[in-house]
Amino acid sequence: MGENLIPVGSGSPITREYRPRTDFFRGICWLASIVTVLLLAFILGEILIKAWPAIQKFGLGFITGVQWSPNREIFGVLPVLIGTAASSLIALALALPLGLAIALFLSEDFLPVAIRQTIRFVIELLAAIPSVVYGLWGIFVVVPLVQKYGGVLADKLGFLPFFQGPAYGNSLLTASLVLALMVLPTITAISRSALVAVPKTLREASYALGATRWESILGVILPTAASGIVASSILAFGRAMGETMAVAMLIGNSQRLSWSFLAPSNTLSALLANQFAEADGIQVNALMYAAALLVLMTLVVNMVGEAILRQTQKATAGLR
Amino acid sequence: MTLPTILTRIIPAAAFLASSVVSLNAAITINGSGATFPAPLYLRWASDFKKANPDTTVNYQGVGSGAGVKDFVAGLTDFGASDVAMSDDEIAKAGGNVLLLPATAGTIVLAYNVPGVQGGLKLSRDAYIGILLGTVKSWNDPLIAKNNPELKLPDLPVTVVARSDGSGTTAVFTAHLDAVSADFKTKVGSGKSVQWPVGVAGKGNDGVTALIKQTPGALGYVEFGYAVHNAMAMASLQNKSGNFIVPTIESGAATLASVNLPENFRAFITDPEGAQDYPIATFTWLLVKKAYPSADKAAAVKAFVKYGLTTGQSVAPELGYITLPDSVVTKVLAALESVK
Repeated sequence: MGENLIPVGSGSPITREYRPRTDFFRGICWLASIVTVLLLAFILGEILIKAWPAIQKFGLGFITGVQWSPNREIFGVLPVLIGTAASSLIALALALPLGLAIALFLSEDFLPVAIRQTIRFVIELLAAIPSVVYGLWGIFVVVPLVQKYGGVLADKLGFLPFFQGPAYGNSLLTASLVLALMVLPTITAISRSALVAVPKTLREASYALGATRWESILGVILPTAASGIVASSILAFGRAMGETMAVAMLIGNSQRLSWSFLAPSNTLSALLANQFAEADGIQVNALMYAAALLVLMTLVVNMVGEAILRQTQKATAGLR
Repeated sequence: MTLPTILTRIIPAAAFLASSVVSLNAAITINGSGATFPAPLYLRWASDFKKANPDTTVNYQGVGSGAGVKDFVAGLTDFGASDVAMSDDEIAKAGGNVLLLPATAGTIVLAYNVPGVQGGLKLSRDAYIGILLGTVKSWNDPLIAKNNPELKLPDLPVTVVARSDGSGTTAVFTAHLDAVSADFKTKVGSGKSVQWPVGVAGKGNDGVTALIKQTPGALGYVEFGYAVHNAMAMASLQNKSGNFIVPTIESGAATLASVNLPENFRAFITDPEGAQDYPIATFTWLLVKKAYPSADKAAAVKAFVKYGLTTGQSVAPELGYITLPDSVVTKVLAALESVK
């Protein structure tokens, strides 16, 4: 044993060979991380450079404008911004209760571990389904359903602006329903981790004070995991906003202002996917401007989510 | 850039690289990209041409008229294709080294999906403009019913289906609407991509076709060939003389026959005059260079285009395209001779 303990800097051949390698490896790591940051900067820079003529020409009117007429060089993305936010919010409103319920069910000991693991695996598998497959599934399953029951909704709830007819099969609601399913694994997985991370001592203390299981869940466990759950929804929101293919296939691709969930709408990513290939002149700049707005929106949402997630870890760290 | 856009840039470039390797073996490959509308016909020509000339391979990518023009101007392709020809601006960007050659023609139809109506729908100008502007909302609207006394039209909302991407098809269709309706001109206008007042939109002719098939009450514009291929019901449209014209190869050919082609072959048909003319038709153009860098390339492109204009015309009708009138073919062949 003693022979192997070579003091650092003793000038033995082993250290001399070993040292340069750490430096080399460290260099590669540095390079890789710098390249990642530069890449992001480069992408952002490129988008902004291409968007600049449109930013100069349309300014803030681009954000408040309601008409998108490339043939007349009139570009306003307000309906698209609203469509982006609305589809993601509706998806979140639908997916959060469901995802949270699943996460609770999987983190408590309601079921044997083997079954819980299986359900967890299946739900996480939802994240592995390609977007275009969700789109196709939406076309063949969700669109006919919305066509069938959308009219009923419009008849019964038409007095609310959100359910005004006529009901379209390809609508904000259709896209939101599919988006809800797509973000479900994100919400479930992160919420479950947050719930599992609630210290055992807290549960035991709660039971010891005579709380029932449901009282413990609602009064102790959920509040403790709350910031993790909020973070999961924000990350899911970010994912829903950037989702392209499935949305483009289902939302109806029409940028008109409407209150109705049953009317066609559009999102920034779908607009870009649809129009980029055949765009020329100022339309390219306008689309780049829209891309910059999308990047900004997702960036802010992700940063907020990340900050909350970090806060959770700090908050629960003291309890362990 | 979206992934498909990147791919459309890479594929011609990769094919181009591949071609330079192949040409070492005395075989030659020419690459083209552009309009999706004539793509089925051009691909058929390419495969038939290869059978007759095993040494020459023609690749064609249906990437859209705009992207086709961009590829051609950037020198990525040997020939391009466009439903809207090229603007003076684009020709200038190509250094004037371009000939626009009409290669085939087609019509744009209003296809519909109305439960209980298998076919025979007639739409007057007021009716289809009204539907597209959103003033005619239901299939049993008197404006539609007036011309269709024999049809049982349901009380169903009309869902207009348009193109969500920029498209030559939209440009041709809106140019017609623009010409026949002052109201449409002020509210929507013409171009490759417009803001439709009502309805939903799908990407490409196939996207529109799928939406129409899926939505009861849908009415949308697609190329005649796509509509025939997908067995869709097509409306007879009222032409300038007031007659209702069924979209067929013959009625399309009647429209073309009445067009006077200018010297540069850039003729847009917006509202044909003939009594039996189908109202919405267009030529589609091949873009070739006036001077190619190598004589081999020039010869191959010339041979292929010549094949398309002569033997190739006979397969056009079976794919839903209109055979060019002989007078047009003669003029275009004469222009093709000048390619070096």
